[in-house]
Amino acid sequence: MATKHSRAAARLMISPAVLLLLAWMIIPLAMTLYFSFLSYNLMSPGMERWIGFTNYQYFLTDPAFFAALTNTILLVVGVLIVTVIGGTLFALLLDQPFFGQGIVRIMVIAPFFVMPTVSALVWKNMFMNPVNGLFAHLFKALGLQPFDFLAQAPLASIIGIVSWQWLPFATLILLTALQSLDQEQLEAAEMDGAPWLSRFIHIMLPHLARAITVVILIQTIFLLSIFAEILVTTNGGPGTASTNLTYLIYMQSLLQFDVGGGSAGGVVAIILANIVAIFLMRMIGKNLEA
Amino acid sequence: MGRITLDKVRKAFGPVEVIPPLDLTIEDGEFVVFVGPSGCGKSTLLRLIAGLEDVSGGEIRIDRVDATTLPPAKRGLAMVFQSYALYPHMSVRKNIAFPMKMAGVPKDEQDRRIEAAAKALNLTDYLDRRPGQLSGGQRQRVAIGRAIVREPSAFLFDEPLSNLDAALRVGMRLEISELHARLKTTMVYVTHDQVEAMTMADKIVVLRAGRIEQVGAPLELYQSPRNTFVAGFIGSPKMNLIEGPEAARHDAHTIGVRPEHIAVSTEGGQWQGRVGVSEHLGSDTFLHVHDTGLAEALTVRVGGEVALHQGDTVWLSPEADKIHRFDADGLRIG
Ligand SMILES: Nc1ncnc2c1ncn2[C@@H]1O[C@H](COP(=O)(O)OP(=O)(O)OP(=O)(O)O)[C@@H](O)[C@H]1O
Ligand SMILES: [Mg+2]
Repeated sequence: MATKHSRAAARLMISPAVLLLLAWMIIPLAMTLYFSFLSYNLMSPGMERWIGFTNYQYFLTDPAFFAALTNTILLVVGVLIVTVIGGTLFALLLDQPFFGQGIVRIMVIAPFFVMPTVSALVWKNMFMNPVNGLFAHLFKALGLQPFDFLAQAPLASIIGIVSWQWLPFATLILLTALQSLDQEQLEAAEMDGAPWLSRFIHIMLPHLARAITVVILIQTIFLLSIFAEILVTTNGGPGTASTNLTYLIYMQSLLQFDVGGGSAGGVVAIILANIVAIFLMRMIGKNLEA
Repeated sequence: MGRITLDKVRKAFGPVEVIPPLDLTIEDGEFVVFVGPSGCGKSTLLRLIAGLEDVSGGEIRIDRVDATTLPPAKRGLAMVFQSYALYPHMSVRKNIAFPMKMAGVPKDEQDRRIEAAAKALNLTDYLDRRPGQLSGGQRQRVAIGRAIVREPSAFLFDEPLSNLDAALRVGMRLEISELHARLKTTMVYVTHDQVEAMTMADKIVVLRAGRIEQVGAPLELYQSPRNTFVAGFIGSPKMNLIEGPEAARHDAHTIGVRPEHIAVSTEGGQWQGRVGVSEHLGSDTFLHVHDTGLAEALTVRVGGEVALHQGDTVWLSPEADKIHRFDADGLRIG
């Protein structure tokens, strides 16, 4: 039992850490907010002045903003769909006893250990390159015209690369969830005359619901800020075909040196992320309670 | 109809033969109880009948039809698991409806059967709850309800009462017996509880290491156990088994006397001994008597209120016609 005295002491002891963490968060946030109301371009230093909501006006009315917003949503939703469905299938497969199960499990998890930049480079140069890539060779071997993935379907290609990276995570979480399912429930369902598909829909899927929610929540947080994969492969192009919000902000502030505009974009992104977070928390809260 | 015949059924897990070839017939409408020590293969045998486990040899016939390779759903049997195995995300109603939904029973027929089962099992007030919101006894009844609505040709129970407390166990025991009396459906029931076996069964099957030691009505097993294993296993407390010169006096290798068939006296009798621990149950008292020179300790049943204390000297006299005699192989003589 903590006494009043020891609790006060504990608060005193942890306060430096708490203050440091708070400062760590609050100062950049406050500065971003402040910059977003300035006309602040690194090309013309010393000319900063207060311009109110003009930065926001420009950012929100920029046609690239809507393209980026759509791309962000497509990217997040696309990867979520692929990883949740793929992860469930892989989990079902890995749950079966088969020869070499241990090795296969490790291999399935391996992509998670590869850095995003590296995996994007490997995909770009070794698989999707229209001249030297493995896919190009495959197409040629089949007598087809090689397909330039990153030029012709840039967003879909990035969705593919990112899904490849996140599939292990989804698989791992869903596999553990599947293994915690009481075998007697499945046997009871079997006795009750449920064929495999019914058992999957009525017993396994509801059991997995919680794990799927966790996968969606965690992945969404990370997928909203995908950056390295885009930078390495398409640079947001062609045009804005594969530019997401993060990348748009990067272009504003670091390629066009417009710190003010970039900060406004950052604030918009924070607000959007929070809206998503609130929805997700609602959904999770409901799913985790039951 | 629910006549189940096992013909030389054998089961091995890898190199380990858990059930050597075994023959057994369960008649239609019979209440059969499998008893035996832990790990003797009771659950395995039940799962073989259910089809949840493949046989390694032999044949299973249900109503004279070969069911050896039929999948569980096609055998027309219903099983109640030890852990109940209810579907946690479905309401009680949906749980009970599940097998009917899978069988494509029309909706109004489903509702009718659910109502009937709920009424019979006292579940009407709980139909819209989830299993997690029920007590152990209620969960057990839901599991039975889910089995009943399928109108199976036989019920299989795997230690259904072992997760319940003593009072509830007595209640559910009665309910299952009444259910059997009402439905007259074959029931196969696995337990390691003496009392459940003796009170519920029409026929008890005693298993040891996958082998059937004896099959018979409860009293038959109690009155004439076929060997020392059954003698020691059926009846509570255990039968006293005595070897040596005293057994030889009865022309046997081993003799057995049940605690309830020994008279106790402080004045004189056949065997002299010293009272050790006594267990008072209220209605009965079980005395452990040492230093008789016959066995480590003899257990004796006496009335509820006896004035005997640890260290007292007593004389024991077995009822002559209640002495069981066994030969060197443990088999019953006479
Ligand atoms: N899947 C399995 N693989 C290997 N051995 C098994 C398997 N299932 C059961 N066994 C073995 O078979 C034997 C019988 O097991 P079973 O579960 O039928 O015992 P039981 O009589 O039901 O015991 P209990 O009263 O403890 O439930 C045990 O020795 C067990 O170790
Ligand atoms: Mg068992």
